[in-house]
Amino acid sequence: MNADRTFRQPGRWAVLAALVVLAVVMLFPFVIVTLNAFKSPAEYSSNGPLSLPHGFYLDGIIAFWDRVDFGLKLWNSLLISGVVAVAAVVLSVLNAYALGIGKVRGRLWILVLFLVANTLPQESLVYPLYYLSKEVGLYDSKLAVILIFTVIQAAFGTYLLSSVLGQFPRGILEAAEIDGASRWRMLWGIVVPISRPTLSVLLIFFFIWTWNEFFLPMVFLISNDNQTVPVALGVLQGEKMMDATMSSASALLGIVPAVAFFLIFQRTLTRGVTVGAIK
Amino acid sequence: MAPPVAGAARPRGRGGYWLYLVPSLVLFLAIIVVPFLMNVATSFTRWSGVGTPTWIGLDNYTKLFKDARFWASFEHNVALIIAMAVVPTIIGLVLAAALFDYIAKRFGGRTASALRAAFYLPQVLPVAVAGVVWGWMLHPSYGAVNEIFGIKVNWLGDPDIALATVMAIMVWFQLGYPVVIFMAGLQRVDPSLYEAAEIDGASWWRRFWHITIPQIRPEIFVVLLTCTIAALKVFGPIFVLTRGGPGSSTMVPSYFSYLNFFEKVNVGYGSAIATVLALIIVVVTFLFLRVQMGGQGRDQESDS
Repeated sequence: MNADRTFRQPGRWAVLAALVVLAVVMLFPFVIVTLNAFKSPAEYSSNGPLSLPHGFYLDGIIAFWDRVDFGLKLWNSLLISGVVAVAAVVLSVLNAYALGIGKVRGRLWILVLFLVANTLPQESLVYPLYYLSKEVGLYDSKLAVILIFTVIQAAFGTYLLSSVLGQFPRGILEAAEIDGASRWRMLWGIVVPISRPTLSVLLIFFFIWTWNEFFLPMVFLISNDNQTVPVALGVLQGEKMMDATMSSASALLGIVPAVAFFLIFQRTLTRGVTVGAIK
Repeated sequence: MAPPVAGAARPRGRGGYWLYLVPSLVLFLAIIVVPFLMNVATSFTRWSGVGTPTWIGLDNYTKLFKDARFWASFEHNVALIIAMAVVPTIIGLVLAAALFDYIAKRFGGRTASALRAAFYLPQVLPVAVAGVVWGWMLHPSYGAVNEIFGIKVNWLGDPDIALATVMAIMVWFQLGYPVVIFMAGLQRVDPSLYEAAEIDGASWWRRFWHITIPQIRPEIFVVLLTCTIAALKVFGPIFVLTRGGPGSSTMVPSYFSYLNFFEKVNVGYGSAIATVLALIIVVVTFLFLRVQMGGQGRDQESDS
């Protein structure tokens, strides 16, 4: 036993060391982007990417911020993702109430339809949506993107929430029914408050998924006033006017909100990450 | 429970619940069903996006099956499935088991969760931002990777290595997802299984093969399938990093259809590509659903 211990000792540190090295590799891009976002172009070319910055050089970040009007991009992303998250949760609740609790006829097929809708590639919808949105005057508007993602996210939310509400305790609802509560009041007075933990996980997921979307927002939001953060960064990537440190400043501005959401929502996310597994 | 009462109350009751589906069904029809059918219809036409489409039957599809770029784009999709589903699942299994069954026991749960968070962090980025980060790191003239190693490699501009570079980036991006899912799955494994195996003197490797993998098979399945679908759909990183190039060395179906829609204004041809891609993804999803429903069979029965 004792011999075994001493024999193992170096081995266990080797395993830890290997995992730490891997973790450093995974985090390396975050570190290197942050280091170089605070350097001047001259400093970057003379000292290279690995040196620590001499003080806080903020010109690169400020120049990029002003050039793309980053505050507006943040607001656009927040607005679109926030409205989509709330609207998609409301739609998911209404659908799941009918499918999971109401058990309407043909619910299995409706669920399959919603799930297929959620997995369809956006490429197979994009051109007709682009064409139709031009016809009704919604092209290049935040509303178009909000409507599209509300439906896409609600399709997933319906699928998930229906199975959750399918196991809703019947007794509570029957008691309320005997007391003469209408269906509408039972939904908002009983079902929604009791399912609040699941609904908040869904809300956060919808928000982050919508924030992270790139393809459809890129097609629909062409004017600078409407673009979201990932679209603005994605279309500017590799532009010749950007020097090394301004590029890393732009990458940093994309990283910061995402990491902030991760830290804020971390507990809910790690609890609900299996929810995302189905997507 | 009480069939006669339920039978009498339900038919009238059920009808009312339909009303709650109406808002979604209207939006769903306008935003998913009609556009999807329009896309399928357009795939049988030649159309530049303005004027009236010309019906050409299956011409787009016959052209598609002879188009080398189309086949190449699916080959690249297979490469991305390896990079986004297969490799992260294999590495993720080893990492999750090492963190759960080794690090957590010998160095404490905090060390294990800190390492898990580090592996997961790339996953929180919007995939387009991940592309911006690596586009900067690998820039041919000022990229950090070349500067650090003192080399001059055009990682994304050399057709021989561009796809391998994109694959490596996607492994980095995707790896945290299986690690987190597998570790969550391991939480529900009965600890006495591991204890018994340890008392019997089973090595870590044997516990990995005979306990870890069989116990979290459902999670492995979910990760493989969801990542495969994500790999089939991949667009953002390709758009940001390479635009399918150089040449068509990193072309994927989603970007190929985008190119035909919005740059070459071959809308009919783009629609055919998108329809084929949708068909493949729906088939993969159905395979997934069938297995998933197989596990839920008993629940469904008690509902009806």
